[in-house]
Amino acid sequence: MHFDFDQDRLLFRDSVRALLSDECTPEALRTLAASESGRSPALWAKLADMGLLGLRVAEAHGGMGLSEVDFVLPLEETGRAGLAEPVVETAAIAAPLLGTLESDARAAQMLPDIAAGKATVTVGHPANAFVSDAHVATSLLLAQQDEIHLVPARRITIEHEPAIDPLRRLFTVEWSPGSDTLLASGPHARALLAAAFDRGAFATAAQQLGVAEKLVETAVAYACTRQQFGQAIGAFQAIKHMLASVAVRIEFARPVVHRAACVVAATADGEASLERAVTVSHAKAAASEAATMAAKAALQVHGAIGYTWEVDLHLWMKRAWSLDLAWGSAAYHRARVADLILDGDAPAPSFGFSGRNP
Amino acid sequence: MEITYTPEQQAFRAEARAWLETHVPREPLRSMDTAAGFEEHRRWERTLNDGRWAMVPWPVEYGGRGANLIEWLIFEEEYWRAGAPGRVNQNGIFLLGPTLMEHGTPEQKARFLPRMAAGDDIWAQGWSEPNAGSDMAAIRATARREGDHYVLNGQKTWCSRAAFGDWLFGIFRTDPNSQRHIGLTFILLPLRSEGVHVRPIAQLDGETGFAEVFFEDAHVPVANRLGEEGDGWKIAMATAGFERGLMLRSPARFQSTAHKLVRLYKNNRNAADPGVRDAVVRGWMEAEAYCLNTYRTASRLIAGGSIGAEASLNKIFWSEMDLNMHEAGLTLLGPRAELMENAPAAGDVGNWLDGFLFALAGPIYAGTNEIQRNVIAERLLGLPRK
Repeated sequence: MHFDFDQDRLLFRDSVRALLSDECTPEALRTLAASESGRSPALWAKLADMGLLGLRVAEAHGGMGLSEVDFVLPLEETGRAGLAEPVVETAAIAAPLLGTLESDARAAQMLPDIAAGKATVTVGHPANAFVSDAHVATSLLLAQQDEIHLVPARRITIEHEPAIDPLRRLFTVEWSPGSDTLLASGPHARALLAAAFDRGAFATAAQQLGVAEKLVETAVAYACTRQQFGQAIGAFQAIKHMLASVAVRIEFARPVVHRAACVVAATADGEASLERAVTVSHAKAAASEAATMAAKAALQVHGAIGYTWEVDLHLWMKRAWSLDLAWGSAAYHRARVADLILDGDAPAPSFGFSGRNP
Repeated sequence: MEITYTPEQQAFRAEARAWLETHVPREPLRSMDTAAGFEEHRRWERTLNDGRWAMVPWPVEYGGRGANLIEWLIFEEEYWRAGAPGRVNQNGIFLLGPTLMEHGTPEQKARFLPRMAAGDDIWAQGWSEPNAGSDMAAIRATARREGDHYVLNGQKTWCSRAAFGDWLFGIFRTDPNSQRHIGLTFILLPLRSEGVHVRPIAQLDGETGFAEVFFEDAHVPVANRLGEEGDGWKIAMATAGFERGLMLRSPARFQSTAHKLVRLYKNNRNAADPGVRDAVVRGWMEAEAYCLNTYRTASRLIAGGSIGAEASLNKIFWSEMDLNMHEAGLTLLGPRAELMENAPAAGDVGNWLDGFLFALAGPIYAGTNEIQRNVIAERLLGLPRK
């Protein structure tokens, strides 16, 4: 038992943070937001060079062959940076799903392209009303009843659904399943879709932690400089206590997300796993709640200036809202935990207290 | 990163579980805040010590097993799982003990720690004064040096376990010209001695869990000073850190409450207000989160790290969680929620009300949550003091 990250993983996180703080400056994010695609092929290539896109691709397929335990801290950094590229869909969901299906030539072929940044794969899952990043995807994993299809971009038509987050790109996708696009069906497809959902919720939870931290840092920086009544407003207890409450929420969401990383990494995609469902939903609920709480507090600390397009705050604030809705909201996931632990006859699984090895 | 237990850790758990299954009293002990119940709890501490389970992280020479913090958490999990009695000497074993380990002389450790582990000396704490609550640095009780003694005068209050306990630790002003946190000294003294008067105070539940203590020229040997003269504040802060952190409030305590709450929900589901379902699941999730955070902290400490102001995050989290869980429990119990334990229709209601009353104190003791939020804002977030 050692529930903490080793030095290598912290160093990798630091190098991801350094790259993203150079690339995702507020000016760069604003320029991207104003562009039609909202996405940067150059940035995507840099994410591939760093190893992020192929982190969950096996070494045999040109990836790093690492796990969610290695991925969770970099994912937090993508949230902190306000990165909107489809890292969650391509690298955290599609890569492991296609890896599970590597005996299928179409899946095996795509894996090296994902790792090299040549393929962008997004995911249309029943849990989400819209498909993000369908406009830049080279292929899409799309669900249809009990089937998963791998569909090339040329076989879909898309309609843009503008979203409040200026960097989010959501689409309604029209497509027709074909026998040549079918990747998995029946119980196997259901298990893979369940795993994809948990992976999406887990990875988004990690991003929400980064978003929450960034929002608190932004609010603290503002409260240290903004003067009213002859002093920095951060000296007032009303401000201190509000931000301290957010800090508590973040502190106790973080280990929950990190435990989810361990459990997702240790669970095979084909397995039905109560533990994965409970730990991932707990993680998404806790991280989403922390991020939306941070967004509201950061806005309140900024006052009227926070209600403008002019300060950068809104980029992260809106991300907190949009990521809350992606892969199940906090309310959805809390209800899922309730269903799993309150309605069954089995005692609720409990870290440590159950006395069994997770 | 490794979230499974080693075979050694599993064996340690099995050993603790087996011992507790044989030794935990079948019937609950009477309240430790009554004279008779206090002595029953003292006997339980002796039983624990006879099995060498009184304080497993302590070195063998002081009655412990030299266990690391992960094993300590495992022991606590088994302890709460077994429904073992509350620790009447928690001020001693969880707060003063670790402080003595860090700041005590070899003589002091040998003199106090084994008796503490055995329950021979049950400790009370003496921090607050009538005019030094949240503003603890406003302490006025004095200790005047006279030869090889200190002469104590003044008053301490909210001294938990002082009504029936044996010894008290606290900080006193040794430099009469000093202000605030300068000039304070950490002193240990027997409660039943000349010049020391204890007046028990009934708490919300009517029992005397704490007391006020008056000092009138009480003589205490200099050998009972912990650390150097004037270092009292620094040492007291370390003790308070233990109180807010993982020693006093190990996660199993709250996981145990969360499991009881889940059971209570399952048994009362049909009558339950729909809103309480969310409160129950939040309670369970928060107890898990607290556990995970504690394992993370323990892992970090074992690897040579340290904790400072983070203890304030802990204190807010567990105290608010504990209160929320007990409120949810009382909601589930509906009209029975106001019954005392001895009411004929009470069932196990009394425990929830009792737990609720005690949970209400959580945001107050060990430094109010308002003070903790100031600490977080200033020391962790970097907001300005003024």
